Amino acid sequence: MMDQPANTISYFIAGYGFIFGVMIFYLASLIIRWRNLKQDEALLNELDQKETTGNE
Amino acid sequence: MLQKPKLLTVLDVAAIASFLAATALVFFYAPLERVMGAVQKVFYFHVASGWVGMLSFLVAAIVGIIYLIRKDLKWDSVGVAAVEIGIAFTLINVVTGAIWARPIWNTWWTWDPRLTTATIMELVYLAYLMLRAGIEEPERRARFGAVYAIVGFLSVPLTFFSIRLFRTIHPVVIGSNDPGAMGAFDMTPTMTQVFLFSLLAFTIVYFDLLWHRIRLGRLAERVESLRLKVQA
Repeated sequence: MMDQPANTISYFIAGYGFIFGVMIFYLASLIIRWRNLKQDEALLNELDQKETTGNE
Repeated sequence: MLQKPKLLTVLDVAAIASFLAATALVFFYAPLERVMGAVQKVFYFHVASGWVGMLSFLVAAIVGIIYLIRKDLKWDSVGVAAVEIGIAFTLINVVTGAIWARPIWNTWWTWDPRLTTATIMELVYLAYLMLRAGIEEPERRARFGAVYAIVGFLSVPLTFFSIRLFRTIHPVVIGSNDPGAMGAFDMTPTMTQVFLFSLLAFTIVYFDLLWHRIRLGRLAERVESLRLKVQA
């Protein structure tokens, strides 16, 4: 007869560790991709402006 | 241009607050199930992730139809955003299911109809990203992506109904369990409250992430057109 619940705390920790891990990883990937694109955009805008000024 | 809308900031706050509240409810308010113990609490976010994954694939199929009618590339960027988020949440769903199964079924994995169909669904949408990566022309990529998202959606109802149509050991949350189901439990009113709140919290988090991912897609399009302009 089982009086106490099974001791499954380690699986609980593993489960929530995985959930938070994936969510943090996905959020970080969104932030990094956004930052990289913003840097690219700034650089390309600068190049575009230089080209426009050079043509005048 | 691409200034963050105020409504998105409001949604960010709502998503963070509801996610933290759901976590607190699971950790400190939901009761310990009398047979399975702490691992049963994985159920709350496991089901919520599965729900968000399926919702996301539904969104991808709907915007696929809209794209095919309107031929506007903005719907394509919504579709790819939805699929990407759906893959992340389905991954959480499948892996947390395996973690729960280890102490309850005494195995990490079994080729049960639900586990099999959920894995096929995940692979179907991973193939969607691979298909897109192989097509350079934006209109062609969008057209193929839209058709694929609509056809691929067949895997979603198949996964959802698999535990209701086939003999399975996977418990059914809403509806009656198969007599062979292992790890089924009766939800107390407190468990039901936490479960419903988790579903709500994940839905808010989903729409927040979707909006951010769509904005990322739009920024990528702008950078690409700038690059073409500079190269010309």
